[in-house]
Amino acid sequence: MAVPMPTADAAGRTGGAVALTDISIDFAIGGHATYKAVAPTSLAVAEGEFVAIVGPTGCGKSTLLNVAAGLLKPTTGRVEIFGEPLTGLNLKAGYLFQQDGLMPWKSALDNVAITLEIRGAPRAEAEAAALAWLTTVGLAKFGDRYPHQLSGGQRKRVGLAQVLIREPKILLMDEPFGPLDAQTRQIMGTLLLDLWAVDRKAVLFVTHDLEEAIALSDRVVIMSAGPEASIIGDYPIDLPRPRDAADIRLHPRFHALHKAIWAQLKAEVIKTYDSGRV
Amino acid sequence: MTRSGMKLLALQILVGVCAIAFWHIGSQVPIGGTYLLPEFFFSTPLDVGQRIIKLFVTGTIWKHLWITLTETALAFAIGAAGGIAVGFWFARKPLLAAIFDPYVKMINALPRVVLAPIFMLWLGLGIWSKVALGVTLVFFIVFFNVYQGVKEVSPAILANARLIGMNERQLFRHVYWPSALSWVFSSLHTSVGFALVGAVVGEYLGSAAGLGYLIHQAEGVFDTTGVFAGMFILSAFVLIMDWAVTRIENRLLVWRPQSTAGQP
Repeated sequence: MAVPMPTADAAGRTGGAVALTDISIDFAIGGHATYKAVAPTSLAVAEGEFVAIVGPTGCGKSTLLNVAAGLLKPTTGRVEIFGEPLTGLNLKAGYLFQQDGLMPWKSALDNVAITLEIRGAPRAEAEAAALAWLTTVGLAKFGDRYPHQLSGGQRKRVGLAQVLIREPKILLMDEPFGPLDAQTRQIMGTLLLDLWAVDRKAVLFVTHDLEEAIALSDRVVIMSAGPEASIIGDYPIDLPRPRDAADIRLHPRFHALHKAIWAQLKAEVIKTYDSGRV
Repeated sequence: MTRSGMKLLALQILVGVCAIAFWHIGSQVPIGGTYLLPEFFFSTPLDVGQRIIKLFVTGTIWKHLWITLTETALAFAIGAAGGIAVGFWFARKPLLAAIFDPYVKMINALPRVVLAPIFMLWLGLGIWSKVALGVTLVFFIVFFNVYQGVKEVSPAILANARLIGMNERQLFRHVYWPSALSWVFSSLHTSVGFALVGAVVGEYLGSAAGLGYLIHQAEGVFDTTGVFAGMFILSAFVLIMDWAVTRIENRLLVWRPQSTAGQP
């Protein structure tokens, strides 16, 4: 399976929302030793495209996402966001973490409103917008709850509202629904697709769950087992939209796609297993 | 109050009654010709009770209570303010923390009682030598907690806050400060308790007023009843202060799971 390279324009810039070109990442592991987590690899996300990265545990999926978010500087390679080289944090992107990023000392409403308040929005305006977003994610009545008073799924909804309220052009998601149970994951997946359908942001979605990846995305890319992980597969997902994250799994095309992608993914998962890292 | 709450209270009172009864019998009823708790060393519950009532009725106790309370409050306020300031400063400047680390450990390892004479020499026999002793105790508790609180902000919360666009000042206000404060509050019982220990120990070692002074005076003339009366008043004082701290804590830390769970 050939990996399509981002195409460069005359000025040498690559198009699309996110363009990672020849990215490699080394980590210092004490002394002069380095761990080559990611070998030079490239990944592009077009505007309005939903891309899922799937790979075995510890293959560097999250590392790649952190590079796109500007949280981590790659050892080599270029990061471009809407054609501009990325310096510092990627503030065009909203990032939804696997762990809870909510501030436990703020209520759900305040956690969402703070995103606007720190940009100088008046309190009343920020609060009204936050309430509107909480309503969108189905938590209108939970604004005064603190994070510990919400379930895992509810906290994820607040997290989504917190990220989406400032209308980022790009959405980066690191196994966002990982800690949730299977049913809640599917409900959250459908919610995500509904929200995404409104303005079709570019999405980079990291998951270890192949079914979730196929159900949600336009393209699934496979990362090889680390060290020196790289993108080794790229599968367009031609399932019809709008989708329901649960029902789409019954679609015959879903099975065909799953079978084809799993064949490649399985080999990588076994490699990781054999290396004793699982 | 619920049924189980009533039962608990009844049992708690029962323990107190039993202890006092044991004390009374030990000091009043000879067993085999000897007293289990001779009156000279243990006084009697009745005498102690009468002395406590007398102290309150004549009003002599209020001055001492007020002095001890003032010293405790000042020691806590100054110690906490210093601990918060230095804790933040060190947590944000790792090099500074590393340089001062052995000295901080050294001073903290020092038993504070040995500082009392020095403080008395420097600050006299008034309240400030006692406040200083309390400050040295409170400062380190608050300092270590703030330092820990700032250092141990969850990386996910921090990264998330940065990515929603917070600058350093906003991170301080919305992330570091509440996190550190929650650690300070979780150690509030300990630090208020230590502020009181500083005040009372200081008074005990040399002063003209306060609960520590009261106990020390009684001890000086082998007035066991006075010592026990002072101890009981001190214990009650601590209980009331602890209750007040719990009230403040529950008000300020509503967002914390453990402070709301189990509350009526």
